[in-house]
Amino acid sequence: MSILIDRNTPVIVQGITGRIAQFHTQDMKKYGTNIVGGVVPGKGGESVEGVPVFDTVKQAVEATKAQASIVFVPPPFAADAIMEAADGGIRYCVCVTDGIPAQDMIRVKRYMYRYPKDKRMVLTGPNCAGTISPGKALLGIMPGHIYLQGNVGIIGRSGTLGYEAAAQLKDLGLGVSTSVGIGGDPINGSSFRDILELFENDPETEIIAMIGEIGGPQEAEAADYIKNHVTKPVVAYVAGLTAPKGRTMGHAGAIISAFGESASEKVEILSAAGVIVAEHPAVIGETIARILKEKGA
Amino acid sequence: MDIHEYQAKEILSGFGVETPSGALAYSPEQAAYRARELGGERWIVKAQIHAGGRGKAGGVVLCDSEAEIYDACEDLFGKKLVTHQTGPEGKGIYRVYVESTVQIEREIYLGFVLDRSSQRVMIVASSEGGMEIEDISLEKPESIVRSTVEPAVGLREFQAREIAFALGLEPGQIQAMVRTLQGCYAAFSELDATMVEINPLVVTSDSKIIALDAKMSFDDNALFRHPQVAELRDKSQEDPRESRAADRGLSYVGLDGNIGCIVNGAGLAMATMDTIKLAGGEPANFLDIGGGASPERVAKAFRLVLSDSNVQAVLVNIFAGINRCDWVAEGVVLALKELNLDMPVIVRLAGTNVEEGQKILAQSGLPIIRAGTLMEAAERAVAAWQSDQSRLSSPSNGQELS
Repeated sequence: MSILIDRNTPVIVQGITGRIAQFHTQDMKKYGTNIVGGVVPGKGGESVEGVPVFDTVKQAVEATKAQASIVFVPPPFAADAIMEAADGGIRYCVCVTDGIPAQDMIRVKRYMYRYPKDKRMVLTGPNCAGTISPGKALLGIMPGHIYLQGNVGIIGRSGTLGYEAAAQLKDLGLGVSTSVGIGGDPINGSSFRDILELFENDPETEIIAMIGEIGGPQEAEAADYIKNHVTKPVVAYVAGLTAPKGRTMGHAGAIISAFGESASEKVEILSAAGVIVAEHPAVIGETIARILKEKGA
Repeated sequence: MDIHEYQAKEILSGFGVETPSGALAYSPEQAAYRARELGGERWIVKAQIHAGGRGKAGGVVLCDSEAEIYDACEDLFGKKLVTHQTGPEGKGIYRVYVESTVQIEREIYLGFVLDRSSQRVMIVASSEGGMEIEDISLEKPESIVRSTVEPAVGLREFQAREIAFALGLEPGQIQAMVRTLQGCYAAFSELDATMVEINPLVVTSDSKIIALDAKMSFDDNALFRHPQVAELRDKSQEDPRESRAADRGLSYVGLDGNIGCIVNGAGLAMATMDTIKLAGGEPANFLDIGGGASPERVAKAFRLVLSDSNVQAVLVNIFAGINRCDWVAEGVVLALKELNLDMPVIVRLAGTNVEEGQKILAQSGLPIIRAGTLMEAAERAVAAWQSDQSRLSSPSNGQELS
């Protein structure tokens, strides 16, 4: 099975009655994701897109045996929804919501550590495009048709830049095992390092593409992990080589403040760890194809 | 969101942090009057701008009489103060803060930040106050004390004491320092700050701990629950293009080049800028139009990018997931018709509804240059911009690009 989600993983949608959530619920179902229900407090008993709505995550898990959830809840209430999932027995949660206060996320992360590791929920996001295992399941908002099924594992902060990579791979006839968006917020769930570990242990993944950007320590932490623990080839691109220092670029996260946080420093640190760095975004696909070919030869 | 020093001091003093007595003024007359109200014989006049490094740039003036205050203010008001943090254009001075002086025994650096590595609030302190933290970390790294706060219980007293002792404070000063640290943390966490910096925090000759300067920044995502903080926004301190963008829900950063960029997603926007540079051009801006962009929003983005007079070509790069290419195409057509644009426009569309989008562009009859990939888009943008420039500079060769 693929990492995080599979064809049969039962999924609930938190905030399912919202306009955007409904649209993507329909899209995910069409892709083949096993959507079994939704949660909206006060709307229990209704039904949306042919699945039942529950008042609480606990009720939904009890009735549907849901293992994964996707959160479309508005920013002021999203942190609470993630904690509810963590407490309600959900094993994997994607939070799509953009604009959650950073200190709410600090509390979410602290809360998740209440649970022993074998019971702790895995969170990706917030402010991410979600996760897709092509041909199996889509837990997110990405256009499914740009992904071919294959053996490249993708981890990225930015949604659309992840699409760019997947589309380049498709043009070269290469497919993706799983693509995971970890989101652009300063305080987020899983890091590059966490997902690298999953890909390293995933028999369906042969090569890993890591798409980073300026700001934050996670690319440097990932480099350290790759050096010591990853045997599969890793190709990286870091966006923001032309970004001026000290300015925020959209994502609250994309601000350069310490050493190792500018794009050029990240490129340097990743290269030193043995990562193959694509010089610019238009050659991410080509670089992966070249490494796969060399590996096969 | 950033606020002024006097506002940060007002907030912090509400949380038990001691600050010198001071008063705000909007004119030289008012400043002199405020000084008389404060009393004493010596005052500091401080330009209120959203940037550090004011002292070195002449924005902080020590005055010994009302006349000196008046003269200092005459010089400061309306001036653009340029510090190492403002950029060459500087920031306008429209308010000054007049403050009583204190007897300084020693200076401490104190900062609270969101630490992305530990994913918690981190306290950074140093006994080398008065210097910039960047310089301290280069010259006196051993003087820096760091401590992270466990969010479930907040900043504990023992932690605050540890910091106070590590800074070499005397037993009689520890309690005041603990109060200061806990006050700052309470302000930080209750008001959703992203940064509190007091530099210098001073120990006075009578063992008081006083915040001589104060800077605070707030999480834009949390302003909805702090209307009293949101009110402190001062647009005179923001880049007018950036505040106009923020008011329209767009994320914009002005740069120095001449190829305007309209992109969805922050990562792809930066990647587009990188690719333009690689192709030999210079991006004029970073602009993320976000998800679910309607035709009107795309048209707004065009107006925003074109408000920068350096822009000589526009590159639109949309990889639609949540977005729809047909809507983006409609927006491009709408904007071009309305703005009657006389410069090259390059559009690259991919993802959801791409065929419909391409059709709308093709049928518009407008001279839009289309591109299939990111690299192609950047190369065509740079090439079109170059030939447009040579067309403009040599009138004999005034043919339109098709």
